[in-house]
Amino acid sequence: MEQKPSKAAATDDPALVAAFEARIAAGESIEPKDWMPDRYRRQLTRMMSQHAHSEIVGMLPEGNWITRAPSLRRKMCLIAKVQDEAGHGLYIYCGTETLGTDRQTLVEQLLDGTAKYSSIFNYPTLTWADIGCIGWLVDGAAIVNQTVLAKASYGPYARAMIRICKEENFHKRQGYEIVATLATGTPAQKAMVQDALNRWWWPSLMMFGPSDKDSPNSAELLKWRVKRKTNDELRQRFVNLTVPQAQAVGLTFPDPDLKYDEASEDWKFGAIDWDEFFEVIKGNGPCNQDRIAARRKAHDEGQWVREASAAYAEKNAARSTEAA
Amino acid sequence: MTAPSVAGKREEIIANPLFEYLLRLGDDRLVLGHRMSEWCGHGPILEEDIAMANIALDLVGQGSALLKLAGETEGAGRDEDALAYFRSEPEFRNAQMLELPKGDFAFTMVRQFLFDAFSVLQWDALATCTFAPLAGIAAKALKEDRYHLRHSSDWMLRMGDGTEESHARAQKALNHLWRFTGELFESDAVDAAVHAQGIVVDLAAIQSRWQQTVFDVVGRATLAVPPAGATSSGGRRGRHTESLGHMLAEMQIVARSHPGAKW
Repeated sequence: MEQKPSKAAATDDPALVAAFEARIAAGESIEPKDWMPDRYRRQLTRMMSQHAHSEIVGMLPEGNWITRAPSLRRKMCLIAKVQDEAGHGLYIYCGTETLGTDRQTLVEQLLDGTAKYSSIFNYPTLTWADIGCIGWLVDGAAIVNQTVLAKASYGPYARAMIRICKEENFHKRQGYEIVATLATGTPAQKAMVQDALNRWWWPSLMMFGPSDKDSPNSAELLKWRVKRKTNDELRQRFVNLTVPQAQAVGLTFPDPDLKYDEASEDWKFGAIDWDEFFEVIKGNGPCNQDRIAARRKAHDEGQWVREASAAYAEKNAARSTEAA
Repeated sequence: MTAPSVAGKREEIIANPLFEYLLRLGDDRLVLGHRMSEWCGHGPILEEDIAMANIALDLVGQGSALLKLAGETEGAGRDEDALAYFRSEPEFRNAQMLELPKGDFAFTMVRQFLFDAFSVLQWDALATCTFAPLAGIAAKALKEDRYHLRHSSDWMLRMGDGTEESHARAQKALNHLWRFTGELFESDAVDAAVHAQGIVVDLAAIQSRWQQTVFDVVGRATLAVPPAGATSSGGRRGRHTESLGHMLAEMQIVARSHPGAKW
């Protein structure tokens, strides 16, 4: 979501801002009722709501395979995983509400297309192996991000991340287990998982956001300890963790430039196609329209259900008043 | 104890009634769980999405445990996945009601309610049967299904006594589903045979208790119990509606495309 220049930011009392920044510097946690600069509130609302939306939209590409999961155990794991994502979304929406924006407003922003969510979910899940790759790579990347966010300065977000990371770790293990099973399976399974890795690798690297030099929000977020590491640092950490995991099961990466650098002890990777990233962000990814259409359909078709629930609650409240 | 009645005109020699009985129990849960899982990510409200995923998970879990036990009972080397993914429509033994497409939220939830009200009674009886592996599954499933029944009963009330639209949708679903409910209480030679093996489920008594629950909730929801009319059944003998084949085609496609593969 584009941040408009904040009028309030200009009027934030410099003494209050200084005290706030001193608290951040001292490593204190900022809580909902504490004073905070308007800009800090907006940045957090943006980040947290994008995170919540990502959990909700992320249910769609994975949910796409629940009805076709190839074993009952995998079916159950996948239902449980998608359910976890719903729980994370709910939890982070609640966290965002502590900053003063209610869930309904946030959901409307998602449905009217003004809110952003992780661009990775605008890619299609084409085979069962995609479910493995999403768990392994997408949840893996999310963990790298969120482990750092668990130390973020805003208390409710940091605490949410600690809890969510535990579940994401489980998802990643499940995903990697699927990948490893396929990679050591029949030739068709092996081809399926290599194809999935080829498709998901670059979008996974893009999940960390633009390179630091092109990331408009990074400096401010780092100063306020909303972020603790730069996008590029986190991306490199993810690559270093992931390459050996692929090698362990005989998979290769769609990157001829990927090579180990002895000096830095990093796996150096090739250039990311940022044009693709920004196209997807703009709404031109393969599934942007489908994802939002699916959310709108669920929302519209659920309208009568929500109305029934509200009407019943109202009648019940009236009945208990009469009875009293 | 009334003697089990025999449904259907055709009598068949059933080689392994316990296997057959476990398939019926397992397929009911697997098929309904699959239908419920179709909602995942598309629920009317986030909290309900979570609840429906939970119910789907419980039901598929119950189905899995029952099919595993069925496979062990059969002794032909088929596990729960072989039974779930490599049987065709006529080999499925679920009641027809459970395979019908999920429809709108009212259809899904009314069906869930009608089945939950039956299922808790069935598990309650099975929890004390002398076939220990089944009694174990039943005791665990009973706890789960009590929550499901509470959840679906609450929705019956909200929909029936909510708005005009929700009332109409719930009534329509109830009317549509009513003809399929009788199948849940039918008994045949399989029931009689497992009765002799210590699996004693008095379906006539269950039907009467089910009616009490259903009539009570339907009444409180300001809905009308549909009149008795045409009935539809046959699932226990592998006679299904057109819906099951489509459901299985989707459910089994990946597993069947890679026979012998491990997942």
